[in-house]
Amino acid sequence: MKLELRGITKRFGRLVANDHIDLVVNPGEIHCLLGENGAGKSTLMNQLYGLLQPDEGDILVDDTLQRFSGPGDAMRAGIGMVHQHFMLVPVFTVAENLMLGHEHTRFGGRLNLPAARDRVRAIAERFGFDIDPDAIVEHLPVGVQQRVEIIKALSREAKILVFDEPTAVLTPQETDELMEIMRQLKAEGAAIVFITHKLREVREVADRITVMRLGKVVGEASPQASNADLASMMVGRSVELTVSKEPSQPGPASLAVDGLTVVDHTGQAVVRNVSFDVRAGEILAVAGVQGNGQTELTEALFGLQRDTTGSITLNGLELRGQSVQHILDAGAGFVPEDRQEDGLVPEFSIAENLILDRSTHEPFAKAGSLQLSYLREFADQTIREFDIRAQGAATPVGRLSGGNQQKVVVARELSRQLKLFVAAQPTRGVDVGSIEFIHKRIVEARDSGIPVIVVSTELDEVIALADRIAVMYRGEIVGIVPGDTPRDVLGIMMAGELPADAEVAA
Amino acid sequence: MTTFEAAAAAAARRGMTPRLRDWKAPIFLGAVAILAVILLIVFGRSGTSTFSFASRRTDVFSLPNLSIPVQELGLVAAATAVAMAAGSTLYVRARRKVPTWYIAVFSVVLLVAFLAWASAGHTIPLTGLLAGALALSVPLIFGAMGGVISERAGVINVAIEGQLLSGAFVSAVVASATRSAIAGLLAAMIAGVLVSFVLAAFAIKYFVDQVIVGIVLNGLVLGLTNFLYQTSLSQDAGTLNSPTQLPTIAIPGLSAVPVIGPVLFNQTIIVYLMYIAVAAVSFGLFFTRWGLRLRSVGEHPQAADTVGINVNGTRFWNVSLAGAVAGLGGAYFTLGSVGAFTEDVTSGAGYIALAAVIFGGWSPLRATLAALLFGFANELQSVLGIIGSPVPSDLLLMLPYLVTIVAVAGLVGQSRGPAASGKPYFKS
Amino acid sequence: MSLESGGPTVAETGAEEDDSLELDQIEATQRAEQPDEDGPRWSRALHDITGGSTIITVLAVVASLIVGAILIALTNPQVQAALGYFFARPSATFAAIGQVVGGAYSSLFQGGVYDFSQVSFVDGIQPLFTSLGFATPLIAAGLGIGIGFRAGVFNIGAQGQILVAGALAGWIGYTLPLPPGLHLIVAILGALLGGAVYAGIAGVLKASTGAHEVIVTIMLNYVAYYGLSFLLSNVLKAPGSNNPISPAEASSAVLPSLFGSPRALNLGLVIVIVLTVIAWWFMTRSSLGFRFRAVGENPKAALTAGISVKRTVIYTMLVSGAFVGFAGAYQVLAQTTTGFTNALDAGIGFNAITVALLGRNKPWGIFWAGILFGIFQAGGYTMQATQGIDVDIVQVLQSIIVLFIAAPPLVRALFRLPAPNSLRRARRVRHTTAPEEAIAR
Repeated sequence: MKLELRGITKRFGRLVANDHIDLVVNPGEIHCLLGENGAGKSTLMNQLYGLLQPDEGDILVDDTLQRFSGPGDAMRAGIGMVHQHFMLVPVFTVAENLMLGHEHTRFGGRLNLPAARDRVRAIAERFGFDIDPDAIVEHLPVGVQQRVEIIKALSREAKILVFDEPTAVLTPQETDELMEIMRQLKAEGAAIVFITHKLREVREVADRITVMRLGKVVGEASPQASNADLASMMVGRSVELTVSKEPSQPGPASLAVDGLTVVDHTGQAVVRNVSFDVRAGEILAVAGVQGNGQTELTEALFGLQRDTTGSITLNGLELRGQSVQHILDAGAGFVPEDRQEDGLVPEFSIAENLILDRSTHEPFAKAGSLQLSYLREFADQTIREFDIRAQGAATPVGRLSGGNQQKVVVARELSRQLKLFVAAQPTRGVDVGSIEFIHKRIVEARDSGIPVIVVSTELDEVIALADRIAVMYRGEIVGIVPGDTPRDVLGIMMAGELPADAEVAA
Repeated sequence: MTTFEAAAAAAARRGMTPRLRDWKAPIFLGAVAILAVILLIVFGRSGTSTFSFASRRTDVFSLPNLSIPVQELGLVAAATAVAMAAGSTLYVRARRKVPTWYIAVFSVVLLVAFLAWASAGHTIPLTGLLAGALALSVPLIFGAMGGVISERAGVINVAIEGQLLSGAFVSAVVASATRSAIAGLLAAMIAGVLVSFVLAAFAIKYFVDQVIVGIVLNGLVLGLTNFLYQTSLSQDAGTLNSPTQLPTIAIPGLSAVPVIGPVLFNQTIIVYLMYIAVAAVSFGLFFTRWGLRLRSVGEHPQAADTVGINVNGTRFWNVSLAGAVAGLGGAYFTLGSVGAFTEDVTSGAGYIALAAVIFGGWSPLRATLAALLFGFANELQSVLGIIGSPVPSDLLLMLPYLVTIVAVAGLVGQSRGPAASGKPYFKS
Repeated sequence: MSLESGGPTVAETGAEEDDSLELDQIEATQRAEQPDEDGPRWSRALHDITGGSTIITVLAVVASLIVGAILIALTNPQVQAALGYFFARPSATFAAIGQVVGGAYSSLFQGGVYDFSQVSFVDGIQPLFTSLGFATPLIAAGLGIGIGFRAGVFNIGAQGQILVAGALAGWIGYTLPLPPGLHLIVAILGALLGGAVYAGIAGVLKASTGAHEVIVTIMLNYVAYYGLSFLLSNVLKAPGSNNPISPAEASSAVLPSLFGSPRALNLGLVIVIVLTVIAWWFMTRSSLGFRFRAVGENPKAALTAGISVKRTVIYTMLVSGAFVGFAGAYQVLAQTTTGFTNALDAGIGFNAITVALLGRNKPWGIFWAGILFGIFQAGGYTMQATQGIDVDIVQVLQSIIVLFIAAPPLVRALFRLPAPNSLRRARRVRHTTAPEEAIAR
């Protein structure tokens, strides 16, 4: 089937999320939709899948005009979607998930589970998957869950398949396998839309590439185009993610993590026997694919994980087993990776968020009473210093843009007297201007002579900031290498292998 | 493996929490065992207690009465309880969960000993006790089914009390006015649905906190029925509040089985409807399209949406269905047991039903068992009161609530409700 | 900002989580390009008033009075009789309705605010004093519940806490031989402590085992009720009485009347005003209140910022229960001083929830909401006595007001008001997650 989008426009209030988008995807073709976070790709695909209705424009399948009032319509038209966040009911079995929404029943209204199981097996066999139809989805590894998602789409005879950022949660190896599946689907004549912002993947499988930026299509590119060309199309100017920084002047080892193991609530060890040092005045970047234990590692550093063993010492002081408050008071500063969930109280003002972790401390509070006038002064000054764009210190943080929200978190931590600074995904979902600013402040923190840890899944960010790089894979540190380690070496390490020729900087 | 088994196995796996040793169960069992020792031995009573199995109807064959020496039974039971509490630590040491059957055996042993202790020197009419317990459980079970349906669909149903009360009120009025108990039953269902409509509208359309809506709705229904009772029903009780009672129907054969026959199979149509409701919900929830969709919108509404299921529509209609089921339970007060509507006739049964839902871990069968347990405790206090037992009735009435607190805090503290329950679904 | 869309809330209209990041970013860039255009000043002012909570509150009260009027009219025999010949003489029906409803609401006002049949102002205003007497415990308990709501903790257990606190205050009040003044203080402190500890049970259970406080507090209501019934049938029972009722309070433990006369106004009102000021200071100015609010709005962020969510939940229940406890003390030491029963809470447990909601969980809002419901209560009794309209109508009115308050779009639809940026409100709801998740960690 052929898919055509003509002049799709979607507005949210004054904001134009999609501005007259045209797109054609032919059967047996992988069409990549490339763009940064925030380019409007997901909004476009949600309209294609009936989750949103376009304000203007037409969707055509095999040259027939379609109107989708819901995903059911889109499915009937032969469109299937593999969602970034899997649309699977975690407590259902694979077979139940497969049949949900178009159930067949047997005598007495009973669900026809045997038929669903057979269907799972049949499709799994076609692609060489090994999937138990009676497995509970939440017990399956992420990569397998994604295959369930694919099987689900195929079981509805989808001829047009949309993959929305499918590799974000996959290891490089799993990514390669996914590419293989996509090629196989293409060979069977499916029309595939592949949404991503990762250049390597695009160049590997794409037949055609459409680049989006700020809600508009900025052009088509051939898969032979260079990385640099694609990147500059995506961001609209040549990317310069290098941060100007002096070579580090590392002091003695200040933070020492030794044999740290973290067990999550399901009993899985998510961080396994991890040991590393961070010296005063250096940035250790922790790289790796999302979900390889980085989140739990940072949480463990701050007492946010319950079941830990090993030791974490900051300047000789044991932090493991201490309360979060104690660790923060010991001078550790933390920028959590999900600022909306863990970093900020959206309904609170900027001023209130700036003292979220020292609301009982002098000079912000005296005798249990908040010192509002002092707080106001402090907030105004900090807003200026950290270039937070807002109408005033009383503005609720929830109303700020992502970049400014992140600056509030960074400002809160860096305005304290720190002995350790940990920033997890410090620039995720942040605009380019704020990225530069935040990177500058991170380097300044390093230059002030404290140990700094930056956790990032963006290799560019890791390379731009790191003095040394630790790569995590399945809860373990694969190796710690110098900051100027080549990308391909890091890539191999992110898949869990330490190349023999890698220079180790432990 | 069937879905049900798979789900059960998964629940078991989840419940095991293999790493952290959970000492809650042994602590709880130990505390109860100590209480048992104090009651059964320190305050032990002598004499014999007689359990009678006769029912008022002429049984086909009757069982002899059972006489139990209270002191000896107390000693044995207390010793068993202590031993079992100690034994439960072995499970925890092995990092396993103390199994449900273990706790069940523990409870039954102590229950029998307690019954004997409380009725020392008297006769306990077991058949009557069970029949009374079932009678008190019927509205609780209907309410609990309403709760399970609604909460599995993702809407917390605190309004069970309001649904029961409106069902009781409307069924009394309609059955009186039409002289038809069946019309009363239907009207009760409609009344429950109307309460559900308000709950569903506020919860689903206006995103109001579901607990709040539920509680306010209960207050509204209570105020409204009290007002109408005072202004209309009590003025004209003859035409508005003397409902036709439902006849008792004995099921041939089954009703002649000793003890359980007259208890279970010589009942009004509401009770038989209750059996059907429990069976239908238990089966439907796990084996039919209706159940699959219902559970999907309560667990992961977005996933349901992306396969073309109308999330809010599904929730709306199932909350309404829950109201109809609970409303039927309300009718039991006026058409099945009390015989007329009185102010606040449900007196908190809806909250006990809610407790049964949670105690039963959102499973229809276990919620039913929990409701039966609460009904039993309630009936026990009135039977013990009649035979002149030293157990204060207020404390026995308190028991279901205490048990629920203990259960919520300890035994089912880690049980997991529907993931999206209480969370409104925002369609993009 | 204009009526249809607001720049800063654009991110929220994206609704899909994975989209919000995107939109955030676009918004940031677009905002740089376009200056923030405010609509015409007058339209913004109109918008603020109609979108604000005050007008919604007023309209909710109006709407509930209309519903009440319909109920009163429909259940009135005269109106029913007139309806019988409606088509012959429709005016008779309307006259009957007008008379009944007018009479009802007039007696509600005269019984709750000012009695026009009295000559002197002092006598005329007496009903308002009675209303303030009813309002006092509602405000105290409402403050406690409201503080809980702000911290994301649902204290549905006010009934039980009032029973425990009242019984404790009453017991101190009739047994301990203490000098006047001190006796009262000890009795009130006992009530605050009793309420706090009893509420604290739910807090500790939630913090240590994750047991949901809604269930636990509802269950604790019944436990308190039956527990008190048990005690009233033996240790607390007045000697020589056949009924489960306690002895009368010693005069030294009774809240004294203001102005020295036996009028309804007593020291309890002064105390509750002080409590309102304390609650206001606590929630807006104290660092513990700051933590309560942080946990209530985003428990995970609070946890990450070193605020112990578990401990905060326990503190919240303690503070909440102490405020509620004063309502218990007032019931026993001011309302019925001749001995308390297991009905000493007089429905305040439920009504205080509606007071807290009507007051939007803000101390002064709760104060005024409590007075409104106090007027309803006092007026309701007068209405029952003089017009024969059952007092239960008051509970109907209160419930309907709160339902309307909870759903501003419904009120706007009823009165055809323009919608403000309703999505912001929707977004807020999404954030009212209870601290379960944070506790689970």
